[in-house]
Parts: sequence; C-alpha cells; structure tokens
Amino acid sequence: MNVQSPPVALKPNDYASDQEVRWCPGCGDYAIVKAVQKALSNMGADPKNTVFVSGIGCAARFPYYMATYGFHTIHGRAPAVATGVKLANPDLDVWVIGGDGDMLSIGGNHTLHVLRRNIDVQVLLFNNEIYGLTKGQYSPTSKVGTRSPSTPAGSVDSPVSACVFALGCNARFVARSVDTNLKVLPGLMQEAKENTGASFVEILQNCIVYNDGVYSSFTDKANIADGQVVCEHGKPLLFGKENEKGLRMTPGKMELEVVTIGENGVTEADILIHDETNRPLALMLAGMQPPNFPVAMGVIFRDPGPSYDAAVYDQIAEMTEKSPAIPINELMHKGKTWTVV
Amino acid sequence: MPTNLIGTMATQLKETDESGREILDSVVIRFAGDSGDGMQLTGTQFTQSTALMGNDLSTFPDFPAEIRAPVGTTYGVSAFQINFASHAIKTPGDAPDVLVAMNPAALKVHLKDLVPGGTLILNLGAFNARNIEKAGYKESPLEDNTLDSYRVIEIDISKMTLAAVEHIDVTQKEALRAKNLWTLGLMCWMYDRDRQPTIDWLNQRFGKLPLIAEANIAALNAGHAFGETAELPSEISTYVVPKAKVEPGIYRAVTGVETTCWGLLTGAQKAGLNIFFGSYPITPASPLLHSLSNLKAYGVVTFQAEDEISAVCSALGASYAGSLGITSSSGPGVALKSEALGLAVVTELPLIIVNFQRAGPSTGLPTKTEQSDLYQSVYGRNGDTPMPVIAASTASDCYDCAIEAVRLATKYMTPVMFLNEGFLANAAEPWKLPDTDDVEPFPVEFASETEGFHPYLRDEKTLARNWAIPGTEGLEHRIGGIEKDYDSGNISYDSDNHHKMTKVRAQKILGIADDIPEQEVVSGNNSGKMVVVGWGSTFGAIEQATRRCQEDGLDVSHIHIRYIWPLARNLGELLKGFDKILVPEMNNGQLVTLLRSEYLVPAESLAQITGQPFKVSDLEREIRSRMED
Ligand SMILES: Cc1ncc(C[n+]2csc(CCOP(=O)(O)OP(=O)(O)O)c2C)c(N)n1
Ligand code: SF4
Ligand SMILES: [Mg+2]
Repeated sequence: MNVQSPPVALKPNDYASDQEVRWCPGCGDYAIVKAVQKALSNMGADPKNTVFVSGIGCAARFPYYMATYGFHTIHGRAPAVATGVKLANPDLDVWVIGGDGDMLSIGGNHTLHVLRRNIDVQVLLFNNEIYGLTKGQYSPTSKVGTRSPSTPAGSVDSPVSACVFALGCNARFVARSVDTNLKVLPGLMQEAKENTGASFVEILQNCIVYNDGVYSSFTDKANIADGQVVCEHGKPLLFGKENEKGLRMTPGKMELEVVTIGENGVTEADILIHDETNRPLALMLAGMQPPNFPVAMGVIFRDPGPSYDAAVYDQIAEMTEKSPAIPINELMHKGKTWTVV
Repeated sequence: MPTNLIGTMATQLKETDESGREILDSVVIRFAGDSGDGMQLTGTQFTQSTALMGNDLSTFPDFPAEIRAPVGTTYGVSAFQINFASHAIKTPGDAPDVLVAMNPAALKVHLKDLVPGGTLILNLGAFNARNIEKAGYKESPLEDNTLDSYRVIEIDISKMTLAAVEHIDVTQKEALRAKNLWTLGLMCWMYDRDRQPTIDWLNQRFGKLPLIAEANIAALNAGHAFGETAELPSEISTYVVPKAKVEPGIYRAVTGVETTCWGLLTGAQKAGLNIFFGSYPITPASPLLHSLSNLKAYGVVTFQAEDEISAVCSALGASYAGSLGITSSSGPGVALKSEALGLAVVTELPLIIVNFQRAGPSTGLPTKTEQSDLYQSVYGRNGDTPMPVIAASTASDCYDCAIEAVRLATKYMTPVMFLNEGFLANAAEPWKLPDTDDVEPFPVEFASETEGFHPYLRDEKTLARNWAIPGTEGLEHRIGGIEKDYDSGNISYDSDNHHKMTKVRAQKILGIADDIPEQEVVSGNNSGKMVVVGWGSTFGAIEQATRRCQEDGLDVSHIHIRYIWPLARNLGELLKGFDKILVPEMNNGQLVTLLRSEYLVPAESLAQITGQPFKVSDLEREIRSRMED
C-alpha cells in the first residue's frame, strides 16, 4: 500500500468521526482526543493509513471517535492486535490506546512485549489510576490506601509506575504528559510518531467520576511550577516559579535530590543536564514521586533503534533473495520422492 | 474366511523370493528404547527407506513428555511403530510382529503388545542388574519364562557398536550413541531396506561433524553386516515385503504437519493473500510454526508471540489489515484464545485456528493423542459464537482440510477451527503428491466501493460482510467487540438488533452446509442395521474394522464426518436409516452428544481415552458385540 499525502490539509475536526462521544462530561479523555486530532492535523496524517487499536475500558473507546481506521478489541490485548496489523502492513501508522488497567493489569504482558520488540507503533496509556468503566475499582497504578468499592479500607498493594515499567521493558521512547496540557500534548504525539519503533506515552488523565483530583497536587495551575519538571534533552532539569529549583545527583550517591539555586552554595552549574539517551537517569526521573520530588514530564527517554517490523521484512527480503520462492508444486517435490507407474 | 484362519495360513505357507527371502504381506515393527536411545530417529529413517521401497505404510511415534527422563526408567521409554505392507493399509497396526527393545524398561513396557510367537530383538548390553531392577523386574526376564512364547534374538548391541566404531576418533559416549543405527542396520538387512537414504541423511545432518557421521554410518553398516554373517537362530529369516499396488504418481512420505503447512500455503495462494502466522510453542503444534518459519520467501510472516492470546490477537490484527491470519496450538492454548475467537466471530474476520489436539484436560498427557476438543471447538466460547469446524482424518487429508479452511474463512468472513491431532501431526504415511493446479482459485476481493459502504454490508447469498482493509481510501471505519448495528455497522445496544445480528451470524455459518459435499457412506449400505460414525484420525481403524465385519456378512456401514460444524445437510436423514449408531471416539463421548442433540437419534458412544489410537481388533470386537445387543 502506498502512503500518499491527502490532497488538502485536514483540520483537527476532520479527524473526528460522526459518532457521539460517550465519555462522562468533564472526563480527561475529551482533551486527549482533541490533542490527538490536532497532532494528526499538524502532521498531515492520512486517515486511510492511520489505525487506532484499543483494548477495553473508557480510554479504549477512543477509536470510535476518530475518522480513521479503528479496532476496538478485547481487554488488554490491543498491543497484540496492533502487532499483527503493523506486521501485516508496515506502511500503516498504528496507534495503541488503553487505560492503566487495560495495559498494565490484564494486558501488562503484551505491553511489555510490544515495547521490548520495538514495534513501530505509538502506545498511548491513559492513566487515571482507577478502573473507570467497571465503576471505580482501584488499579495497578493506584496509590497505596486508595479507597474504592473493592478496597473500602484502602488498597494495600504498591502501585507500578507506567514509565518506569516501560523503561524496564527496554522501551526506546518514553514520555509523559497531562490530559489538559493542550499546549504540549500534540507536539509530544508528533515526537512519538516520528520516533521509529515503539513510542510509549503516559498521559495522566483525570477521571472526574471515580478519581477526581488524583493529580491535582501537581497539575492544578497553582501547583504546576513546583510540582512538575519538564525534561528537555541537553537542558538543565530546572523547575519552580522562577526556575529556581533543580535536580542534581547527591554528591557521592547514585540518587537524585531537589536543590535550590543560591542556597547552600548551589549554582546553576550543579544542576543535572537532561540526557534523554541515559536509561539509568531516565529510570530515576520517571520514578520521582510527589511531594518530595516534582513529576517528570516530556520526553524522559529516547534512544531509537531498529524496529521489529523493519527487521522482519528485511529478513524476508534477505531469505527471498537467497532462495526465491519456487512453485508450491516444486516445493512439495523437494526431498525424497518415488514414482509409481 | 474367519480372520484367525488367514493368520494360521500365513504362517504355514512360507513363500520365498528368488534370494530366499520370505515374502510377507505386511509387518508391524516397534522400536522401543530409552528417550536418549534415538528410537524416533531410527523409526523415521526406517520409514523413509520403506517409503522409497514402495510399500504402503503408517507410523505411530509414541514418546514421553520429558525430554530426557531418568535413564532406564519405564516412563522414559520412547517408541516408534511402523506398519508396512504390499497392500493398502490404514493404521499403524494393532500389535507388533517384531519388537526391538533397547533396554529392560522398553521390554517391560512393550512386551505385552507383541503378538504371540513374535520376534523380539534385545540389546543384551543394557540388561545389567541395575537396569533390570529399574525397569521393575524382580528377576531378569532373560532367565525366567517371561520370553518363552517369543522368538528371541539377544545381541549385545552396545558392545557391537563400540567395536564397529573403534577405529573412529570419537568418545565412548558418542560411540555408544550410534547403537540405534546399528540396530537400524540390522533391521534393514532383515527387511531388505536400502541404507543409502540414511547414509545421505547422516552426511547431511552431521556435515559439520564428519567423525560423528562416520561413526554412525559405520554402526549402520556393521548392524547390516552382522545380519549377513552372524549365525542367527534358524527360525529367524530375512523377509521381503513387496511394493504395494497403489495409484500411479509421484509419492513422498509425509507427516500431518508438512501437509498442513503446504495446504495452508496453497490455500493462501488460491485466495491471493499473504499468510500471517502467530503462534506460541506447545506440543504437538510447534512443528507447524517451525515449518512455516522456513517459508519466508512466500511472503509468510511468522510471529512467535509472547503467549497464546497474543498469537491469536496478532493473527486477527493481521486479518484486519488484509493478511490471512492463522494461529495454531493445542487444547490448553486454544482455551486461552477463546475470548479472541469471540472477537473474530463478532468482527467477522477470516482467521484459521489449527488445533493439534492432545490428551487433556489441562496439561493432560502432552505427547499423547486424543480427540477431546470437539466440544471446545463447537461450543467453547462465551455468547452465541458459531464457527465452522473441520477435522482431518489422515496426514494426506490435512492438506485438503487446510485449503478448505482457507476457502471457508475467506468466503464467509469467519474464523475456522481446523481440528488436527497429535497423532496426525507426527505419524508418517506415503502421499501421492497433488497438483496445486487442480484446486480452483478462490481469490479474495477487498471492498473498494465507497458509495453506500459500511463495514457490515453483507453478501446476499453467503451473508459474509465486506472486507475493507486499512489503506483503502474512503472506507475508514471502526470495528470491535461491541454489537454492531445491522444497517450501519456502528455500535448498537439495541436489543432487537442484537437478536437479529445473532441470528444472522448463526445463519451465515449454517449456510455453509450448502457449500460442502453431502455426507457419504465410506463403506457399506446407505441404511441398515448399524452404522459406525467416526471423525478425525480414527478413520483408518474404523474403516478396517467395519470392512472386516462386512466381509463376514455383517450389515454395518461406516460414516466419516469431516465437517463437524456445520454438519452436512443430509446427515440426519442418513443416520435415521440405521437401527444402531455407534460412535467410536478417542474422548469420553463428544461427537456422539452432538449427533444426539442435533438429530435426536439414539447414538451410542464407544469411548477410548488411553492416549493411544484405536486397535482395529478392539473396534471389530466391539462392533460385533454391540450388533448382538
Ligand atoms: C476479560 C475481561 N475482564 C474484565 C473486563 C471488565 N473491564 C472492562 S474495562 C476494565 C478496567 C478498565 O480500566 P482501565 O483500563 O484503567 O480503563 P479506564 O476505564 O479507566 O479508562 C475492566 C476490568 C472485561 N471487559 N474483559
Ligand atoms: S468513568 Fe471516569 S474515565 Fe470513564 S468516562 Fe467517566 S470520567 Fe472518564
Ligand atoms: Mg483507568
């Protein structure tokens, strides 16, 4: 299939399907769908070559709202279905959509492998730290103590960090953002798309019904400056209202600490410069938790490598050149045969 | 003539050929030894030579689940049986005429099957006190009367092998490993088989280890020479089994895995699609993954998934994108796939699931054969989730079934369950090579018309929905597991619509009955006293058993069902023409339940759940006794 640019540039709205959106009013998913439509428009994506594959959950309803190809599959299996789509036709631009339960609980295994294999797809994980669609049970990303219908006295198991998980899976592109950050999200999607191989983007999403405000300690307007640090390759990891705070390695230890420039003899030169190709650093940044640390946003890790789908087709080409296909009749006659007259 | 009389006559009238070899109609040989003794290899090589001699043959490899069970134990015994004949045969044979036992454990496990008066070849070298005890014998079976009713040939094969390779620079361990080839050499002498195919194979296999190849070839030749020169007991003679009279053509020996692989490839070519094969290793299905992985030049993409669920889901994703998605597994793996099969049914995408059945439930007996996934195939999913199910009867039939599975999947936009069996996967038989040109092409046409398009637009006749693949301008659409509106393909929670869609999905699959052959009787009359109804790999044993009864004047017919779902249009009427319906199955009675529920007929079950194929004699006895009931 040939990828052709559409003749006229499509506006974000042209990527919206005619289907009525069925998320709760005020759900963070609305903002994400808008951001993706904007990103596609910015990139001039061709709807006929764009496929959204999702699992099950509120987040996973996403494909129905896009005027592209879409496959709403079964709970947790979107990465596996997407793998087949991409391997069948590598020219397609494939996006995988799912929630925290979808991709880290029932489908954790597939998320691991789509990332490890580095299949050229974008994986967007809408993390609301809750099971939305099944009415509010805690999820594998819920903080200890989360009260929910299934944990009335608070959850007692420790959560997983989506980005730390992705890094542990050897993902080569790991980024994080917030649903409402419309300024940044489309650009981040574009970077994810432009990265060859599996691109993992965690989008912190507010579930207004079952987990409202889980992220407000660092996403509310007043808290953003002190609660988030934006990772930009080659730039110092500064944050705070005046960019007065920063991250540095604790001298003599393999450990991050928050410092204030001008205090205790700290100068800007002491602040860590973000190196997006450094996986151990990325692991430390991705794992930072409020309130003691800001939450890392932006491209936390990027170190592109050959994609699985490309390697598969390279091998097919190589093998075909070495021993081209012969008619099946001849193939079946290869080896030891005998003739009966 | 009663069968026992034929038997006696055969032993009395010894015919010989010009070189003095006794001419036999058919022989059953079983090679048995420790898992590490190379019995499967010995059997496979003997099979190759036998096939090239022009005999009809059927084999039954029977090996333990453990790769290397503790040496000398009964549960570590691996066996390979071959039945070859100068006439057409259909089963690997009920009981061996010749048993090769490489150690006491092999003797312990298999002696009970050897026909009275049968030939027993023992490797004396392995009959030491420790091995005898490990096998569970209190006393050496060589010294009491255990072996009295057999013709016993005791040879210290281990010692002979060591002597044969003495001049070659290999370790003692490597030398001893060649004892299976020594044995093969002896059997080649006894049955006049050509050693050259084995020599060629060894040279190729051990191309990088020429000394190992040399040692094995030396052992092979020494075993043969031993037969020619040694003073063997007088009643042991050499034999010849003349070529079988079969249809002219070019033949090769094949297993069900090979034919399945070529059938899928042929089918895909006839449909004009590339194969995407997603699979996760499991006995006995893995060999299909291995075979297809070698067909990259045919555009075949093979994907070893992280689990069974990913295997089927990736295949379904590939079908969505316009490939022919195929997945394979065995019962436990198919169980894991069942949710995704529901998705395939509701999204109405072509998909083929090859189930190499093995003994269940759960892990069951992983290396033993069974036909116990019929319920799982026909009924085993949530919701009303119909799909066609076809079952292969022989290794040759796997080729045709595979093509048929592709045809049905693409023509009706549906997943198709292709029931294979561990027994068919491993067993070898001669196959008259088909000509792919004899298969009518059935090219797939993807949707391209934008006018009036929606993803669930159906063909009026087949009820198949149109297949629009990503990359097609103007046909962008969304599908998924939520019920779809009949008229637009959009999601719909409407109750009447769900009723209608469920009916349409069922009707589409039932309609396939108009597109498959009417049920025929394999042998016997179209109505009468009794019909024996079978499916899958029991075909040969049932046919032989019913034939014997027919030759004896009994009014019994044989029906073999290939299309398990939907069943052939006329099957119900046909069954109702018989007073008795007997359904032998290697399960606890599954097809029998299906037939009873579909046709309200008093079908009776004949269940054998031993992990072993039916014996013709057992079936025959059972048919006779049930006829008298
Ligand atoms: C096999 C299976 N098990 C359970 C469910 C029920 N289920 C649907 S969505 C869901 C969790 C959704 O949570 P998440 O993935 O975080 O998505 P969200 O709704 O929060 O966006 C569950 C448990 C299902 N649909 N399928
Ligand atoms: S339940 Fe929560 S996640 Fe689901 S749609 Fe409503 S607000 Fe959004
Ligand atoms: Mg969630």
